Amino acid sequence: MEKPLTQHINPSRGPLNLKEYEAAGGYQALRKALKKMEPGEVTEEVKQSNLKGRGGAGFGTGMKWSFVPMGEDAPRQKYLIANADEMEPGTFKDRLLLEGNPHQLLEGMILAAYAIQASESFIFLRWAYKSAADILKEAIGEAYQAGYLGRDILGSGFNLEMNIHVSVGRYMCGEETGLLNALEGKRATPRDKPPFPQASGLFGKPTIVNNVETLSNVPHIIGRGADWFKGLSYTDEGGTKIYGASGRVKRPGAWELPLGTTLEEIIEEHAGGMLDGYRFRGALPGGASTDFLTGEHLSLRMDYSSVMDAGSRLGTGTVIILDDKTCPVGFVRNLERFFAQESCGWCTPCREGLPWVARTLQALEEGNGKPEDLEVLSFHTTYLSPGNTYCALAPGAMEPLQSALKYFKEDFEQHIRDGKCSYR
Amino acid sequence: MLTEEERKEIEVHIEKMPKRQAACLEAMNVLQKYRGWISDESLRELAEFLDMSPHELDSVATFYNLIFRRPVGRHVILVCDSISCWIMGNEKLEAHLKRKLNIDWGETTADKRFTLLPTVCLGTCDHAPALMVDEDLHRGLEAGQLDDILEQYK
Ligand SMILES: Cc1cc2nc3c(=O)[nH]c(=O)nc-3n(C[C@H](O)[C@H](O)[C@H](O)COP(=O)(O)O)c2cc1C
Ligand code: SF4
Ligand code: FES
Repeated sequence: MEKPLTQHINPSRGPLNLKEYEAAGGYQALRKALKKMEPGEVTEEVKQSNLKGRGGAGFGTGMKWSFVPMGEDAPRQKYLIANADEMEPGTFKDRLLLEGNPHQLLEGMILAAYAIQASESFIFLRWAYKSAADILKEAIGEAYQAGYLGRDILGSGFNLEMNIHVSVGRYMCGEETGLLNALEGKRATPRDKPPFPQASGLFGKPTIVNNVETLSNVPHIIGRGADWFKGLSYTDEGGTKIYGASGRVKRPGAWELPLGTTLEEIIEEHAGGMLDGYRFRGALPGGASTDFLTGEHLSLRMDYSSVMDAGSRLGTGTVIILDDKTCPVGFVRNLERFFAQESCGWCTPCREGLPWVARTLQALEEGNGKPEDLEVLSFHTTYLSPGNTYCALAPGAMEPLQSALKYFKEDFEQHIRDGKCSYR
Repeated sequence: MLTEEERKEIEVHIEKMPKRQAACLEAMNVLQKYRGWISDESLRELAEFLDMSPHELDSVATFYNLIFRRPVGRHVILVCDSISCWIMGNEKLEAHLKRKLNIDWGETTADKRFTLLPTVCLGTCDHAPALMVDEDLHRGLEAGQLDDILEQYK
Protein backbone atom coordinates (compact mmCIF):
# COMPACT_ATOMS: atom_id res chain seq x y z
CA MET A 1 0.00 0.00 0.00
CA GLU A 2 1.55 3.28 -1.08
CA LYS A 3 1.66 6.24 1.29
CA PRO A 4 3.14 9.06 -0.74
CA LEU A 5 2.34 11.80 1.77
CA THR A 6 3.61 10.19 4.93
CA GLN A 7 6.06 7.43 3.97
CA HIS A 8 9.03 9.52 5.07
CA ILE A 9 7.39 11.00 8.13
CA ASN A 10 8.60 9.72 11.44
CA PRO A 11 7.42 11.89 14.32
CA SER A 12 10.13 10.56 16.64
CA ARG A 13 12.88 11.63 14.24
CA GLY A 14 11.70 15.14 13.40
CA PRO A 15 11.04 16.74 10.01
CA LEU A 16 12.80 15.92 6.76
CA ASN A 17 15.35 18.61 5.97
CA LEU A 18 16.08 19.67 2.42
CA LYS A 19 18.81 17.08 1.82
CA GLU A 20 16.68 14.23 3.08
CA TYR A 21 13.70 15.42 1.08
CA GLU A 22 15.78 15.62 -2.08
CA ALA A 23 17.25 12.20 -1.42
CA ALA A 24 13.71 10.86 -1.26
CA GLY A 25 12.99 12.31 -4.71
CA GLY A 26 11.87 15.72 -3.53
CA TYR A 27 11.77 18.71 -5.91
CA GLN A 28 12.00 16.39 -8.93
CA ALA A 29 8.38 17.14 -9.79
CA LEU A 30 9.13 20.85 -9.66
CA ARG A 31 12.12 20.40 -11.98
CA LYS A 32 9.98 18.42 -14.37
CA ALA A 33 7.17 20.99 -14.37
CA LEU A 34 9.44 24.00 -14.82
CA LYS A 35 11.41 22.33 -17.63
CA LYS A 36 8.76 20.42 -19.50
CA MET A 37 5.29 21.62 -18.63
CA GLU A 38 3.28 24.73 -19.38
CA PRO A 39 1.35 26.13 -16.40
CA GLY A 40 -1.92 24.98 -17.99
CA GLU A 41 -0.57 21.43 -18.25
CA VAL A 42 0.10 21.34 -14.51
CA THR A 43 -3.49 22.38 -13.85
CA GLU A 44 -4.74 19.83 -16.37
CA GLU A 45 -2.77 17.01 -14.75
CA VAL A 46 -4.21 17.90 -11.34
CA LYS A 47 -7.69 18.05 -12.86
CA GLN A 48 -7.19 14.62 -14.43
CA SER A 49 -6.03 13.20 -11.11
CA ASN A 50 -9.45 13.96 -9.61
CA LEU A 51 -7.78 15.46 -6.49
CA LYS A 52 -10.50 16.92 -4.30
CA GLY A 53 -9.83 19.60 -1.70
CA ARG A 54 -8.85 18.06 1.64
CA GLY A 55 -9.91 21.13 3.67
CA GLY A 56 -13.45 19.90 4.09
CA ALA A 57 -15.55 20.96 1.13
CA GLY A 58 -14.06 18.47 -1.34
CA PHE A 59 -14.08 20.78 -4.36
CA GLY A 60 -12.00 19.64 -7.35
CA THR A 61 -8.55 21.23 -7.06
CA GLY A 62 -7.65 21.37 -10.75
CA MET A 63 -11.08 22.79 -11.49
CA LYS A 64 -10.59 25.51 -8.88
CA TRP A 65 -7.22 26.48 -10.37
CA SER A 66 -8.71 26.63 -13.85
CA PHE A 67 -10.89 29.61 -12.82
CA VAL A 68 -7.85 31.83 -12.32
CA PRO A 69 -7.45 34.30 -15.18
CA MET A 70 -4.39 33.41 -17.24
CA GLY A 71 -2.46 34.86 -20.13
CA GLU A 72 -1.47 38.35 -21.20
CA ASP A 73 -4.59 40.14 -19.99
CA ALA A 74 -4.61 38.54 -16.53
CA PRO A 75 -3.63 40.71 -13.54
CA ARG A 76 0.13 40.63 -12.95
CA GLN A 77 -0.19 40.06 -9.22
CA LYS A 78 -1.73 36.75 -8.10
CA TYR A 79 -1.55 34.90 -4.83
CA LEU A 80 -1.33 31.29 -3.68
CA ILE A 81 -2.23 30.55 -0.06
CA ALA A 82 -1.84 27.39 1.98
CA ASN A 83 -4.59 27.13 4.57
CA ALA A 84 -2.86 25.79 7.68
CA ASP A 85 -5.38 27.18 10.15
CA GLU A 86 -6.71 23.75 11.16
CA MET A 87 -9.08 24.85 13.93
CA GLU A 88 -11.88 22.39 13.20
CA PRO A 89 -12.33 20.53 16.48
CA GLY A 90 -11.20 16.93 16.24
CA THR A 91 -8.82 17.62 13.34
CA PHE A 92 -5.07 17.08 13.56
CA LYS A 93 -3.96 15.88 10.14
CA ASP A 94 -2.32 19.01 8.73
CA ARG A 95 -0.16 19.26 11.83
CA LEU A 96 1.32 15.87 10.94
CA LEU A 97 2.27 17.07 7.44
CA LEU A 98 3.56 20.46 8.59
CA GLU A 99 5.74 19.03 11.33
CA GLY A 100 6.84 15.95 9.42
CA ASN A 101 7.51 17.00 5.83
CA PRO A 102 7.52 20.78 5.31
CA HIS A 103 9.27 20.68 1.92
CA GLN A 104 6.51 18.51 0.49
CA LEU A 105 4.08 21.35 1.22
CA LEU A 106 6.49 23.95 -0.15
CA GLU A 107 7.00 22.00 -3.38
CA GLY A 108 3.23 21.63 -3.73
CA MET A 109 2.82 25.35 -3.21
CA ILE A 110 5.49 26.24 -5.75
CA LEU A 111 3.87 23.93 -8.30
CA ALA A 112 0.42 25.38 -7.60
CA ALA A 113 1.78 28.91 -7.85
CA TYR A 114 3.44 28.02 -11.16
CA ALA A 115 0.17 26.56 -12.46
CA ILE A 116 -1.73 29.77 -11.77
CA GLN A 117 1.33 32.00 -12.31
CA ALA A 118 1.25 33.52 -8.85
CA SER A 119 4.31 35.45 -7.77
CA GLU A 120 3.53 35.55 -4.07
CA SER A 121 2.47 32.94 -1.58
CA PHE A 122 1.54 32.73 2.08
CA ILE A 123 1.23 29.95 4.59
CA PHE A 124 -1.63 30.93 6.89
CA LEU A 125 -0.65 29.17 10.08
CA ARG A 126 -2.52 29.05 13.36
CA TRP A 127 -0.80 30.45 16.40
CA ALA A 128 -0.92 27.20 18.38
CA TYR A 129 1.31 25.38 15.87
CA LYS A 130 4.55 26.70 17.36
CA SER A 131 6.84 23.90 16.30
CA ALA A 132 5.36 23.90 12.79
CA ALA A 133 6.18 27.61 12.53
CA ASP A 134 9.84 26.98 13.36
CA ILE A 135 10.03 23.98 11.03
CA LEU A 136 8.45 25.89 8.14
CA LYS A 137 10.69 28.94 8.59
CA GLU A 138 13.72 26.69 8.48
CA ALA A 139 12.44 24.91 5.38
CA ILE A 140 11.58 28.13 3.57
CA GLY A 141 15.10 29.39 4.29
CA GLU A 142 16.58 26.20 2.84
CA ALA A 143 14.35 26.44 -0.24
CA TYR A 144 15.46 30.02 -0.93
CA GLN A 145 19.10 28.99 -0.50
CA ALA A 146 18.72 26.15 -2.95
CA GLY A 147 16.99 28.32 -5.54
CA TYR A 148 13.55 26.72 -5.27
CA LEU A 149 12.11 30.05 -4.13
CA GLY A 150 12.86 33.62 -5.05
CA ARG A 151 13.73 34.98 -8.48
CA ASP A 152 14.21 32.86 -11.59
CA ILE A 153 13.58 29.53 -9.91
CA LEU A 154 15.93 26.84 -11.31
CA GLY A 155 16.66 29.12 -14.24
CA SER A 156 13.09 28.94 -15.53
CA GLY A 157 12.27 32.62 -15.28
CA PHE A 158 9.50 31.87 -12.79
CA ASN A 159 9.55 33.95 -9.57
CA LEU A 160 7.88 33.18 -6.26
CA GLU A 161 8.13 34.74 -2.81
CA MET A 162 6.85 32.84 0.22
CA ASN A 163 5.83 34.12 3.64
CA ILE A 164 4.28 32.74 6.79
CA HIS A 165 1.42 34.55 8.49
CA VAL A 166 0.94 33.49 12.09
CA SER A 167 -2.73 33.87 12.93
CA VAL A 168 -4.00 35.03 16.30
CA GLY A 169 -6.86 32.61 16.52
CA ARG A 170 -10.43 32.49 15.33
CA TYR A 171 -12.16 29.56 13.63
CA MET A 172 -13.41 31.86 10.87
CA CYS A 173 -9.81 32.42 9.77
CA GLY A 174 -9.98 28.99 8.18
CA GLU A 175 -12.94 29.96 6.02
CA GLU A 176 -11.42 30.92 2.71
CA THR A 177 -12.71 34.51 2.49
CA GLY A 178 -12.45 35.11 6.25
CA LEU A 179 -8.82 34.07 5.84
CA LEU A 180 -8.31 36.70 3.14
CA ASN A 181 -9.71 39.40 5.41
CA ALA A 182 -7.50 38.25 8.27
CA LEU A 183 -4.47 38.40 5.99
CA GLU A 184 -5.42 41.97 5.06
CA GLY A 185 -5.45 42.87 8.76
CA LYS A 186 -9.21 42.94 9.17
CA ARG A 187 -11.81 41.03 11.15
CA ALA A 188 -12.16 37.51 9.74
CA THR A 189 -15.72 37.93 8.50
CA PRO A 190 -16.55 36.22 5.23
CA ARG A 191 -16.89 37.98 1.88
CA ASP A 192 -19.73 37.86 -0.57
CA LYS A 193 -19.32 35.38 -3.42
CA PRO A 194 -19.18 36.03 -6.32
CA PRO A 195 -16.66 37.32 -7.02
CA PHE A 196 -14.83 34.17 -6.04
CA PRO A 197 -11.27 34.51 -4.72
CA GLN A 198 -9.98 32.89 -7.91
CA ALA A 199 -11.00 36.11 -9.70
CA SER A 200 -10.75 38.64 -6.86
CA GLY A 201 -9.17 37.52 -3.62
CA LEU A 202 -6.34 38.90 -1.50
CA PHE A 203 -6.13 42.68 -2.05
CA GLY A 204 -8.58 42.19 -4.93
CA LYS A 205 -6.17 40.00 -6.90
CA PRO A 206 -6.77 36.47 -8.19
CA THR A 207 -6.07 34.08 -5.31
CA ILE A 208 -6.13 30.35 -4.69
CA VAL A 209 -6.56 29.05 -1.16
CA ASN A 210 -5.87 25.35 -0.70
CA ASN A 211 -5.58 23.09 2.30
CA VAL A 212 -2.17 21.80 3.43
CA GLU A 213 -3.02 18.17 2.63
CA THR A 214 -4.37 19.14 -0.81
CA LEU A 215 -1.16 20.96 -1.71
CA SER A 216 1.05 18.22 -0.29
CA ASN A 217 -0.44 15.84 -2.85
CA VAL A 218 0.53 17.98 -5.82
CA PRO A 219 4.24 17.03 -6.13
CA HIS A 220 3.25 13.36 -6.26
CA ILE A 221 0.62 13.94 -8.92
CA ILE A 222 3.02 15.93 -11.10
CA GLY A 223 5.89 13.54 -10.44
CA ARG A 224 4.04 10.29 -11.08
CA GLY A 225 1.01 11.26 -13.06
CA ALA A 226 -2.76 11.47 -12.72
CA ASP A 227 -3.36 7.80 -13.53
CA TRP A 228 -1.02 6.59 -10.80
CA PHE A 229 -2.78 8.93 -8.35
CA LYS A 230 -6.22 7.68 -9.32
CA GLY A 231 -5.03 4.14 -8.74
CA LEU A 232 -4.20 4.86 -5.11
CA SER A 233 -7.80 5.00 -3.91
CA TYR A 234 -10.27 2.18 -3.40
CA THR A 235 -12.97 4.12 -5.21
CA ASP A 236 -12.80 6.41 -8.23
CA GLU A 237 -12.10 9.57 -6.25
CA GLY A 238 -8.31 9.35 -6.37
CA GLY A 239 -5.43 9.37 -3.95
CA THR A 240 -4.90 8.59 -0.32
CA LYS A 241 -6.44 10.38 2.64
CA ILE A 242 -5.05 11.10 6.04
CA TYR A 243 -7.70 9.68 8.30
CA GLY A 244 -7.63 10.06 12.03
CA ALA A 245 -9.49 8.86 15.09
CA SER A 246 -9.92 10.43 18.50
CA GLY A 247 -12.09 9.56 21.48
CA ARG A 248 -12.10 6.35 23.49
CA VAL A 249 -10.19 4.08 21.14
CA LYS A 250 -7.11 2.06 22.01
CA ARG A 251 -4.71 3.87 19.67
CA PRO A 252 -5.93 7.32 18.69
CA GLY A 253 -3.90 8.69 15.80
CA ALA A 254 -3.71 9.59 12.13
CA TRP A 255 -2.96 7.26 9.21
CA GLU A 256 -2.58 7.71 5.49
CA LEU A 257 -4.83 5.17 3.80
CA PRO A 258 -6.40 4.71 0.38
CA LEU A 259 -9.32 7.07 -0.07
CA GLY A 260 -12.41 4.95 0.41
CA THR A 261 -11.14 2.92 3.38
CA THR A 262 -14.12 1.85 5.49
CA LEU A 263 -15.02 3.44 8.78
CA GLU A 264 -14.74 0.03 10.41
CA GLU A 265 -11.20 -0.54 9.20
CA ILE A 266 -10.14 2.87 10.51
CA ILE A 267 -11.61 2.22 13.93
CA GLU A 268 -10.89 -1.47 14.35
CA GLU A 269 -7.56 -1.96 12.61
CA HIS A 270 -5.83 1.37 12.79
CA ALA A 271 -7.23 2.81 16.00
CA GLY A 272 -7.15 -0.63 17.63
CA GLY A 273 -10.86 -0.75 18.43
CA MET A 274 -12.68 0.73 21.38
CA LEU A 275 -11.04 0.90 24.81
CA ASP A 276 -12.00 -2.01 27.04
CA GLY A 277 -15.33 -1.37 28.68
CA TYR A 278 -16.56 1.04 26.02
CA ARG A 279 -18.77 0.41 23.04
CA PHE A 280 -19.02 2.33 19.77
CA ARG A 281 -22.15 4.40 19.49
CA GLY A 282 -21.50 6.85 16.70
CA ALA A 283 -18.91 9.04 15.04
CA LEU A 284 -18.46 12.35 13.29
CA PRO A 285 -16.57 11.31 10.15
CA GLY A 286 -14.62 14.50 9.55
CA GLY A 287 -14.52 17.05 12.31
CA ALA A 288 -17.09 18.93 14.37
CA SER A 289 -19.18 20.18 11.46
CA THR A 290 -20.21 16.82 10.02
CA ASP A 291 -23.30 14.67 10.64
CA PHE A 292 -23.12 11.63 12.91
CA LEU A 293 -22.70 8.18 11.48
CA THR A 294 -23.69 5.17 13.59
CA GLY A 295 -23.17 1.42 13.82
CA GLU A 296 -25.15 0.85 10.64
CA HIS A 297 -22.50 2.85 8.73
CA LEU A 298 -19.42 0.92 9.82
CA SER A 299 -18.97 -0.66 6.42
CA LEU A 300 -19.23 2.72 4.72
CA ARG A 301 -16.41 3.70 2.39
CA MET A 302 -14.99 6.96 3.63
CA ASP A 303 -14.84 8.90 0.39
CA TYR A 304 -16.64 12.11 -0.54
CA SER A 305 -19.61 10.65 -2.39
CA SER A 306 -20.22 7.59 -0.18
CA VAL A 307 -20.27 9.63 3.02
CA MET A 308 -22.53 12.17 1.32
CA ASP A 309 -24.91 9.38 0.31
CA ALA A 310 -25.05 8.30 3.96
CA GLY A 311 -26.26 11.79 4.90
CA SER A 312 -22.99 13.19 6.19
CA ARG A 313 -19.76 14.65 4.81
CA LEU A 314 -16.22 13.31 4.71
CA GLY A 315 -15.07 16.74 5.92
CA THR A 316 -11.50 16.53 7.15
CA GLY A 317 -11.55 12.72 7.49
CA THR A 318 -10.54 12.83 11.15
CA VAL A 319 -13.14 10.76 12.96
CA ILE A 320 -14.42 11.74 16.42
CA ILE A 321 -15.89 8.76 18.21
CA LEU A 322 -18.87 8.76 20.57
CA ASP A 323 -18.81 5.85 23.01
CA ASP A 324 -21.66 4.42 25.06
CA LYS A 325 -20.54 6.09 28.30
CA THR A 326 -20.38 9.59 26.86
CA CYS A 327 -23.59 11.62 26.79
CA PRO A 328 -24.66 12.53 23.24
CA VAL A 329 -26.41 15.64 24.58
CA GLY A 330 -23.25 16.79 26.34
CA PHE A 331 -21.25 15.96 23.20
CA VAL A 332 -23.42 18.17 21.05
CA ARG A 333 -23.56 20.88 23.73
CA ASN A 334 -19.77 21.02 23.65
CA LEU A 335 -19.81 21.41 19.85
CA GLU A 336 -22.54 24.05 19.75
CA ARG A 337 -20.86 26.14 22.41
CA PHE A 338 -17.77 26.11 20.23
CA PHE A 339 -19.72 27.22 17.17
CA ALA A 340 -21.61 29.91 19.11
CA GLN A 341 -18.35 31.28 20.45
CA GLU A 342 -16.65 31.24 17.06
CA SER A 343 -19.57 32.75 15.09
CA CYS A 344 -18.22 35.96 13.63
CA GLY A 345 -21.49 37.77 14.29
CA TRP A 346 -21.84 39.06 10.74
CA CYS A 347 -25.32 37.66 10.05
CA THR A 348 -28.25 37.56 12.44
CA PRO A 349 -29.46 33.94 12.20
CA CYS A 350 -26.06 32.60 13.23
CA ARG A 351 -25.17 35.33 15.72
CA GLU A 352 -28.49 34.96 17.55
CA GLY A 353 -29.33 31.36 16.75
CA LEU A 354 -26.17 29.55 17.80
CA PRO A 355 -26.04 30.94 21.35
CA TRP A 356 -29.71 30.05 21.72
CA VAL A 357 -29.01 26.49 20.60
CA ALA A 358 -26.02 26.25 22.94
CA ARG A 359 -28.03 27.56 25.91
CA THR A 360 -30.92 25.21 25.19
CA LEU A 361 -28.55 22.24 25.11
CA GLN A 362 -26.91 23.37 28.31
CA ALA A 363 -30.28 23.58 30.03
CA LEU A 364 -31.10 20.06 28.82
CA GLU A 365 -27.79 18.73 30.06
CA GLU A 366 -28.26 20.33 33.45
CA GLY A 367 -31.72 18.83 33.80
CA ASN A 368 -33.63 22.05 33.15
CA GLY A 369 -34.92 21.09 29.73
CA LYS A 370 -38.56 21.40 28.65
CA PRO A 371 -40.42 19.30 26.10
CA GLU A 372 -40.63 22.32 23.74
CA ASP A 373 -36.82 22.47 23.66
CA LEU A 374 -36.68 19.69 21.10
CA GLU A 375 -38.82 21.85 18.82
CA VAL A 376 -36.50 24.81 19.39
CA LEU A 377 -33.50 22.70 18.43
CA SER A 378 -35.04 21.17 15.37
CA PHE A 379 -36.38 24.55 14.25
CA HIS A 380 -32.81 25.88 14.24
CA THR A 381 -31.53 23.01 12.12
CA THR A 382 -33.88 24.28 9.40
CA TYR A 383 -33.48 27.98 10.15
CA LEU A 384 -29.68 27.82 9.95
CA SER A 385 -29.50 25.45 6.99
CA PRO A 386 -27.47 26.24 3.84
CA GLY A 387 -28.66 29.36 2.07
CA ASN A 388 -30.01 31.05 5.18
CA THR A 389 -26.73 32.34 6.54
CA TYR A 390 -23.84 34.28 5.09
CA CYS A 391 -21.26 31.50 5.29
CA ALA A 392 -20.97 27.78 5.94
CA LEU A 393 -20.19 28.02 9.67
CA ALA A 394 -23.78 27.92 10.87
CA PRO A 395 -24.99 25.17 8.52
CA GLY A 396 -21.92 23.18 9.54
CA ALA A 397 -22.85 23.69 13.17
CA MET A 398 -26.27 22.20 12.52
CA GLU A 399 -24.94 18.96 11.04
CA PRO A 400 -23.99 17.21 14.29
CA LEU A 401 -27.13 18.56 15.97
CA GLN A 402 -29.64 17.44 13.36
CA SER A 403 -28.14 13.97 13.17
CA ALA A 404 -27.94 13.66 16.98
CA LEU A 405 -31.64 14.52 17.17
CA LYS A 406 -32.25 11.76 14.67
CA TYR A 407 -30.03 9.00 16.07
CA PHE A 408 -29.97 9.78 19.79
CA LYS A 409 -33.45 11.14 20.28
CA GLU A 410 -34.12 8.93 23.29
CA ASP A 411 -31.19 10.54 25.10
CA PHE A 412 -32.61 14.01 24.60
CA GLU A 413 -36.02 12.81 25.80
CA GLN A 414 -34.49 11.10 28.82
CA HIS A 415 -32.86 14.35 29.95
CA ILE A 416 -36.20 16.16 29.79
CA ARG A 417 -38.20 13.35 31.38
CA ASP A 418 -35.83 12.66 34.29
CA GLY A 419 -34.61 16.22 34.76
CA LYS A 420 -31.01 15.03 34.79
CA CYS A 421 -28.25 13.45 32.73
CA SER A 422 -28.08 9.70 33.29
CA TYR A 423 -24.42 9.53 32.20
CA ARG A 424 -23.12 11.63 35.09
CA MET B 1 6.38 55.05 21.91
CA LEU B 2 7.22 51.88 20.06
CA THR B 3 10.71 50.76 20.90
CA GLU B 4 13.39 50.46 18.25
CA GLU B 5 13.18 46.68 18.49
CA GLU B 6 9.40 46.57 18.15
CA ARG B 7 9.48 48.97 15.25
CA LYS B 8 12.07 46.89 13.38
CA GLU B 9 10.17 43.66 13.84
CA ILE B 10 6.91 45.23 12.73
CA GLU B 11 8.57 46.79 9.67
CA VAL B 12 9.51 43.29 8.47
CA HIS B 13 5.82 42.43 8.28
CA ILE B 14 4.82 45.75 6.73
CA GLU B 15 7.34 45.30 3.94
CA LYS B 16 5.69 42.09 2.78
CA MET B 17 2.30 43.71 2.38
CA PRO B 18 0.91 46.27 -0.07
CA LYS B 19 -0.90 48.07 2.78
CA ARG B 20 0.38 48.95 6.24
CA GLN B 21 -2.85 47.84 7.91
CA ALA B 22 -2.32 44.31 6.59
CA ALA B 23 0.51 43.92 9.10
CA CYS B 24 -1.63 44.85 12.09
CA LEU B 25 -2.22 41.34 13.45
CA GLU B 26 1.43 40.39 13.22
CA ALA B 27 2.26 43.77 14.74
CA MET B 28 0.01 43.15 17.73
CA ASN B 29 1.67 39.77 18.09
CA VAL B 30 5.03 41.53 18.26
CA LEU B 31 3.81 44.03 20.87
CA GLN B 32 2.33 41.25 22.93
CA LYS B 33 5.64 39.45 22.89
CA TYR B 34 7.32 42.45 24.52
CA ARG B 35 4.48 43.92 26.56
CA GLY B 36 2.35 40.89 27.42
CA TRP B 37 -0.89 42.54 26.33
CA ILE B 38 -2.31 45.38 24.25
CA SER B 39 -3.16 48.36 26.43
CA ASP B 40 -5.12 51.36 25.17
CA GLU B 41 -1.85 53.21 24.94
CA SER B 42 -0.18 50.42 22.92
CA LEU B 43 -3.20 50.41 20.67
CA ARG B 44 -2.95 54.15 20.02
CA GLU B 45 0.77 53.99 19.34
CA LEU B 46 0.41 51.10 16.96
CA ALA B 47 -2.61 52.57 15.18
CA GLU B 48 -0.66 55.72 14.44
CA PHE B 49 2.30 53.73 13.17
CA LEU B 50 0.04 51.72 10.83
CA ASP B 51 -2.05 54.67 9.58
CA MET B 52 -5.21 53.29 11.15
CA SER B 53 -7.62 54.87 13.59
CA PRO B 54 -7.40 53.43 17.12
CA HIS B 55 -11.04 52.37 16.86
CA GLU B 56 -10.43 50.50 13.66
CA LEU B 57 -7.46 48.70 15.19
CA ASP B 58 -9.45 47.92 18.33
CA SER B 59 -12.27 46.43 16.26
CA VAL B 60 -9.72 44.06 14.76
CA ALA B 61 -7.96 43.38 18.06
CA THR B 62 -11.14 42.41 19.87
CA PHE B 63 -12.15 39.96 17.14
CA TYR B 64 -9.26 37.57 17.74
CA ASN B 65 -8.99 35.13 20.60
CA LEU B 66 -5.30 35.58 21.27
CA ILE B 67 -4.98 39.35 21.31
CA PHE B 68 -5.19 40.27 24.96
CA ARG B 69 -6.84 43.62 25.65
CA ARG B 70 -6.48 43.13 29.38
CA PRO B 71 -3.32 42.42 31.36
CA VAL B 72 -2.29 38.78 31.62
CA GLY B 73 0.06 37.01 34.01
CA ARG B 74 3.65 36.05 33.25
CA HIS B 75 2.39 32.73 31.91
CA VAL B 76 -0.82 32.04 30.02
CA ILE B 77 -2.43 28.63 30.36
CA LEU B 78 -4.69 27.68 27.45
CA VAL B 79 -6.80 24.63 28.19
CA CYS B 80 -8.40 22.91 25.22
CA ASP B 81 -12.17 22.74 25.77
CA SER B 82 -13.11 21.18 22.42
CA ILE B 83 -14.75 17.87 21.80
CA SER B 84 -12.02 15.22 21.87
CA CYS B 85 -10.49 16.69 25.00
CA TRP B 86 -13.94 16.94 26.56
CA ILE B 87 -14.54 13.23 25.89
CA MET B 88 -11.18 12.41 27.47
CA GLY B 89 -11.84 14.39 30.63
CA ASN B 90 -10.65 17.97 30.21
CA GLU B 91 -13.16 19.06 32.86
CA LYS B 92 -10.96 17.38 35.45
CA LEU B 93 -8.00 19.46 34.30
CA GLU B 94 -10.14 22.57 34.39
CA ALA B 95 -11.41 21.87 37.92
CA HIS B 96 -7.93 21.09 39.19
CA LEU B 97 -6.41 24.26 37.74
CA LYS B 98 -9.20 26.48 38.99
CA ARG B 99 -8.90 25.03 42.48
CA LYS B 100 -5.13 25.04 42.60
CA LEU B 101 -4.74 28.57 41.23
CA ASN B 102 -7.90 29.82 42.88
CA ILE B 103 -9.05 31.65 39.75
CA ASP B 104 -11.79 31.26 37.15
CA TRP B 105 -11.54 31.45 33.35
CA GLY B 106 -10.10 34.76 32.24
CA GLU B 107 -8.58 35.57 35.61
CA THR B 108 -4.99 36.05 36.74
CA THR B 109 -3.48 34.83 39.99
CA ALA B 110 -2.79 37.50 42.62
CA ASP B 111 0.97 37.03 42.18
CA LYS B 112 0.54 37.65 38.42
CA ARG B 113 2.12 34.30 37.67
CA PHE B 114 -0.69 32.63 35.69
CA THR B 115 -3.69 33.58 33.57
CA LEU B 116 -6.18 30.79 32.83
CA LEU B 117 -8.03 30.69 29.52
CA PRO B 118 -9.97 28.10 27.54
CA THR B 119 -8.94 27.53 23.94
CA VAL B 120 -10.47 25.71 21.00
CA CYS B 121 -9.02 22.42 19.70
CA LEU B 122 -5.21 22.47 19.70
CA GLY B 123 -4.95 19.98 16.85
CA THR B 124 -3.56 17.22 19.00
CA CYS B 125 -6.82 15.37 19.64
CA ASP B 126 -5.09 11.97 19.46
CA HIS B 127 -3.29 12.96 22.68
CA ALA B 128 -6.28 14.39 24.52
CA PRO B 129 -6.71 16.14 26.86
CA ALA B 130 -4.21 18.86 26.05
CA LEU B 131 -3.22 22.34 27.11
CA MET B 132 -0.56 24.92 26.32
CA VAL B 133 1.43 27.00 28.76
CA ASP B 134 2.89 29.94 26.84
CA GLU B 135 4.40 28.27 23.77
CA ASP B 136 4.67 24.75 25.17
CA LEU B 137 2.20 22.01 24.38
CA HIS B 138 1.41 19.48 27.11
CA ARG B 139 -0.75 16.57 26.09
CA GLY B 140 -2.26 13.26 27.09
CA LEU B 141 -2.63 14.72 30.57
CA GLU B 142 -4.11 13.62 33.85
CA ALA B 143 -4.97 16.09 36.56
CA GLY B 144 -2.27 14.57 38.79
CA GLN B 145 0.48 15.77 36.43
CA LEU B 146 -0.56 19.40 36.51
CA ASP B 147 1.23 20.51 39.65
CA ASP B 148 4.59 19.39 38.30
CA ILE B 149 3.93 21.14 35.02
CA LEU B 150 3.03 24.41 36.74
CA GLU B 151 6.27 24.20 38.71
CA GLN B 152 8.19 24.64 35.44
CA TYR B 153 6.80 28.17 35.10
CA LYS B 154 7.97 30.67 37.67
C1 LIG C 1 -15.86 28.03 9.39
C2 LIG C 1 -14.94 27.36 8.43
C3 LIG C 1 -13.65 27.03 8.83
C4 LIG C 1 -12.76 26.42 7.95
N1 LIG C 1 -11.51 26.09 8.39
C5 LIG C 1 -10.63 25.52 7.52
C6 LIG C 1 -9.30 25.20 7.94
O1 LIG C 1 -8.91 25.44 9.08
N2 LIG C 1 -8.46 24.64 7.03
C7 LIG C 1 -8.85 24.39 5.75
O2 LIG C 1 -8.06 23.92 4.95
N3 LIG C 1 -10.09 24.68 5.33
C8 LIG C 1 -10.99 25.25 6.18
N4 LIG C 1 -12.25 25.57 5.74
C9 LIG C 1 -12.57 25.35 4.32
C10 LIG C 1 -12.07 26.53 3.49
O3 LIG C 1 -13.11 27.50 3.42
C11 LIG C 1 -11.73 26.16 2.06
O4 LIG C 1 -12.78 25.46 1.50
C12 LIG C 1 -10.48 25.31 1.94
O5 LIG C 1 -9.38 25.90 2.57
C13 LIG C 1 -10.16 25.12 0.50
O6 LIG C 1 -9.08 24.24 0.36
P1 LIG C 1 -9.23 22.85 -0.43
O7 LIG C 1 -10.00 23.14 -1.67
O8 LIG C 1 -7.84 22.45 -0.68
O9 LIG C 1 -9.97 21.94 0.49
C14 LIG C 1 -13.17 26.15 6.63
C15 LIG C 1 -14.46 26.47 6.24
C16 LIG C 1 -15.35 27.07 7.12
C17 LIG C 1 -16.73 27.39 6.66
S1 SF4 D 1 -22.92 32.16 9.39
FE1 SF4 D 1 -22.03 32.82 11.36
S2 SF4 D 1 -19.83 32.77 10.98
FE2 SF4 D 1 -20.85 32.82 8.96
S3 SF4 D 1 -21.09 34.99 8.43
FE3 SF4 D 1 -22.94 34.44 9.52
S4 SF4 D 1 -22.44 35.03 11.64
FE4 SF4 D 1 -20.49 34.88 10.59
S1 FES E 1 -10.09 18.61 20.93
FE1 FES E 1 -8.46 19.15 22.27
S2 FES E 1 -6.75 19.05 20.95
FE2 FES E 1 -8.41 18.67 19.59
